[in-house]
Amino acid sequence: MNEPIVEFKNFGFQYNAQAEPTLYDINLKIHKGEKVLIAGPSGCGKSTLAHCINGLIPFSFRGESTGTVTIMGRETKDLSLFEISKTVGTVLQDSDSQFIGLTVAEDIAFALENDCVGEPEMHDRVQKAAQIVNIESHLLHAPSELSGGQKQRVSLAGVMVDDVDVLLFDEPLANLDPATGKSAIELIDEIHKETGAAVIIIEHRLEDVLHRDVDRIVLMKQGRIISDTSPDVLLSSDLLLENGIREPLYLTAIKYAGVKVTEEMLPHSIRSLKLSDDDRGSVVSWFRSTPPRVREENRPYLLRAKNITFSYSSGHRALTDVSVDVRKGELIAIVGTNGAGKSTFSKVVCGFEHEQEGEIEFTGCDWKNMSLKERADHVGYVMQNPNQMLSKPMIYDEVALGLRTRGLSEDEIRPRVEKTLKTCGLWPFRNWPVSALSFGQKKRVTIASILVLEPEMIILDEPTAGQDYRHYTEIMEFLRDLNSEGVTVVMITHDMHLMLEYAERSVVFTDGAVIADDTSAGILTDPDIIKRANLKETSLYDLAVMCGIEEPREFVQRFIDYEREVFRS
Amino acid sequence: MRNIFNYIDRPSPVHRLTGATKFICLLLWSFAAMSTYDTRLLVLLTVLSFVLFYISKIRLRDVSFLLSFMAVFMILNNILIFLFSPQHGVTLYGTCHELFSLGGRYVVTKEQLFYHLNLVLKYFATIPIVLLFVCTTNPSEFAASLNRVGVRYTIAYSVALALRYIPDIQKSYHEISQAQQARGIEMSKKQNLVKRLKSASTILIPLILSSMDRIDVISNAMELRGFGKGKKRTWYMARPFKAADIAAMAVCALLLGASITLNVINGGRFWNPFV
Amino acid sequence: MKRSPVRTIVAIGIGAALFFVLGRFVAIPSPVPNTNICLQYGLLGFMAVLFGPIAGLLIGLIGHFLIDLSWGGGIWWSWVIASGIFGLLMGCISRKIALADGVFGKKGIATFNITQIIAHLICWVGVAPALDIAMYAEPANKVFVQGLVGGIANIITTAIVGTLLCLAYAAAKPKKGSLKEEN
Repeated sequence: MNEPIVEFKNFGFQYNAQAEPTLYDINLKIHKGEKVLIAGPSGCGKSTLAHCINGLIPFSFRGESTGTVTIMGRETKDLSLFEISKTVGTVLQDSDSQFIGLTVAEDIAFALENDCVGEPEMHDRVQKAAQIVNIESHLLHAPSELSGGQKQRVSLAGVMVDDVDVLLFDEPLANLDPATGKSAIELIDEIHKETGAAVIIIEHRLEDVLHRDVDRIVLMKQGRIISDTSPDVLLSSDLLLENGIREPLYLTAIKYAGVKVTEEMLPHSIRSLKLSDDDRGSVVSWFRSTPPRVREENRPYLLRAKNITFSYSSGHRALTDVSVDVRKGELIAIVGTNGAGKSTFSKVVCGFEHEQEGEIEFTGCDWKNMSLKERADHVGYVMQNPNQMLSKPMIYDEVALGLRTRGLSEDEIRPRVEKTLKTCGLWPFRNWPVSALSFGQKKRVTIASILVLEPEMIILDEPTAGQDYRHYTEIMEFLRDLNSEGVTVVMITHDMHLMLEYAERSVVFTDGAVIADDTSAGILTDPDIIKRANLKETSLYDLAVMCGIEEPREFVQRFIDYEREVFRS
Repeated sequence: MRNIFNYIDRPSPVHRLTGATKFICLLLWSFAAMSTYDTRLLVLLTVLSFVLFYISKIRLRDVSFLLSFMAVFMILNNILIFLFSPQHGVTLYGTCHELFSLGGRYVVTKEQLFYHLNLVLKYFATIPIVLLFVCTTNPSEFAASLNRVGVRYTIAYSVALALRYIPDIQKSYHEISQAQQARGIEMSKKQNLVKRLKSASTILIPLILSSMDRIDVISNAMELRGFGKGKKRTWYMARPFKAADIAAMAVCALLLGASITLNVINGGRFWNPFV
Repeated sequence: MKRSPVRTIVAIGIGAALFFVLGRFVAIPSPVPNTNICLQYGLLGFMAVLFGPIAGLLIGLIGHFLIDLSWGGGIWWSWVIASGIFGLLMGCISRKIALADGVFGKKGIATFNITQIIAHLICWVGVAPALDIAMYAEPANKVFVQGLVGGIANIITTAIVGTLLCLAYAAAKPKKGSLKEEN
């Protein structure tokens, strides 16, 4: 075995601002050419571990460390951030902040510019790096003209111009739609094979990363490494579930069917998974014995958008003849790629933008002449990032803001705010400053600040973006509770798990038009829609096919219904 | 959207000059036009700027919005000056040729009109050049140009960062403002000033605080790619000076020289036809 | 925690971008026709206090320069310089106010506002008109009245927007305290 390229020995770290250490007793070796996945719930220390590898610790974040971290045999604290960056290339989660140049070419060249590389050589190397990630036809594009996946490719090219030996990816899937995420994983794999660089991926979406093989999975919890083993060994244990990491859906399904997952079954991917005839039989009989859930009868319409067409003032046509109905009490998802029109549609509904053609009806009333503020009494809009909505230091004031601007007296406001705080589980924190809350709690505050206006319907933009499984579940269960109390919920998302598990129905947008409106299980088992909307087939579908089940769509639906029952009880 | 600055990519001799050349020329030209009130030189600068504008293949309709805005600004400024100081020309030129009276102290004089003519000429001498700079300089070249004229690269890069993040911030502002308006925030004329400013703050606070968070992420991203390690850096978009660049800078330097020389000859900034 | 110089560079870039967006696209109609309230000076005061005099100077200079440039007309150097000087002067109290640590109490509010009033008066009733006269030979009474009107408007916006920003920033900094959940 060759020398480790990154090595932690009895390493611990505590940030200056924090009372407790973030990392304890880390021992980890990563060898040249290895591909390692580091997984764990939010707050487990995996990002801090990444900072220790790329040198941000100790050079940018201050704190106390014990033990050693070495890169190519030298301790990081004896190197400089710049020297480390020649060995370790980091692709950050937030590709908008990593994209520093005004154009693609300049951004790829950034590290070379800082190295004083001369012009002809620089142009040459930028061209080569751009080719590797397949972005060379966009060299003169500005970041605003690129999709999330393309920006990430630029970030990758930007670190690859330096021939680094370690590529570090911090949550590479967080901001990508399913199909783009899949091709990102494929690209990382190709680069890994071509360059022989060690690849470290930090991600909690295990199933998506395992779309291509990895050598090892390092599982972290509360600042410690609790497992460092091959994917097959880890997936045949119960460690993932115990630690709040979602296991691949196909494994959950075969476990429901009573099949025991073992290392020999090669469970790391649906393609490698080996099921015996008995196992297949168990899955089929589980499917036959799970009753289909009775659907509720149709409730009255709440919102009817008919034949909406909308173009921005720049002339860009964003919506073409879009019709969407939402019934009272539904919980639905609007899905599609960036720029497909799903956000524009919700802006038109809320009155932020005005349709040129078509009409919107709400509980039977024509909304043509309703102002933004009047519509807000019926439809609330919650932005993706709570930090972009919070403007008051105290929770109570934030929630009361919408009522105050509507001119209500403090006597009228108090009971409504208090009731909303209770509904949203924020009552214990009512006298806290907003800044003391976690991301998920802030999200609740923004939802509360909308709910206080008592809208019949709320629209949420990417409600769970960037959240780990535990926080995701927390937010979504909260939304489901709200929904069961009668609030109609519309979610804009490209998270397939979210639509599959929580949305009864999904509306799919592509290029400004609605191309499908069906149950989520129906959509995620329809290869044509999946392709056109940049979605990804669910592995449950493959599992159904593998077991010879003739109605894979029904299999997926029953799995979701079953899981919902399990979760409730 | 790289077009906040209205960059229009067309092949022309002006486009082919490097960004640094155009930046230096802009500075030389605007100081030449600023320092002198010699009508003869201002006329020359005006004619030259119109010729350059023509050569650069920028069409009037590309910039009609900006031009109409500047026209309003220019007219307002002239009216203000006349209202405040109707005899400013008389003080400057030392003579008084009355033409007609508008009542009270508002007596129109040849000197005042001549002063206004010079002011307007100054606008005509500079606006086309600024427009030219804006429309023919690729924003990507801007930071490299600043560095070339001697500005430290770190500071030049902060200009590049501003240009990079303006569209992002503009977009966030728009989104935040819509979401807050739905909660009832208004900035219309119906409210008094203090209330309006407080409403504005409920939009600005989330915008600015979330931008503060980005500062840390961006500076980490830059340091991870080696920004700030050396005393110098190169620029992907930099281009070497060619003969045309040297010539353009020489002409502009001559114009500034002429402007200063005329100030010496005229014994001040004003060319006085009245004595 | 030691501040890296790169962080200041980024702060200048982001600050100038914010200054530009507020100055160019965010228009609040004012009582005086044809003039808008300049919200960007509230931002500049806040950022200068947070990042110091050099950052304040450059945010003002770059931000204002870019605004003038984007209008495609002449660059009004006298006002560009005055904006820079306002940022510089406000930055001088960054050591007195520990805003970066989340401290902004009554004393901070007072220091911030007294300084901003003096700084605005220096810039808009002193520097800007003086440069207008020297550079553009405009009549003195006109430029002083313009400066005075602009200066007073800027003082009001900075007092409200700037103070609120500082308060919000200080409140958003996590502080060690005894927060307890209540029933």
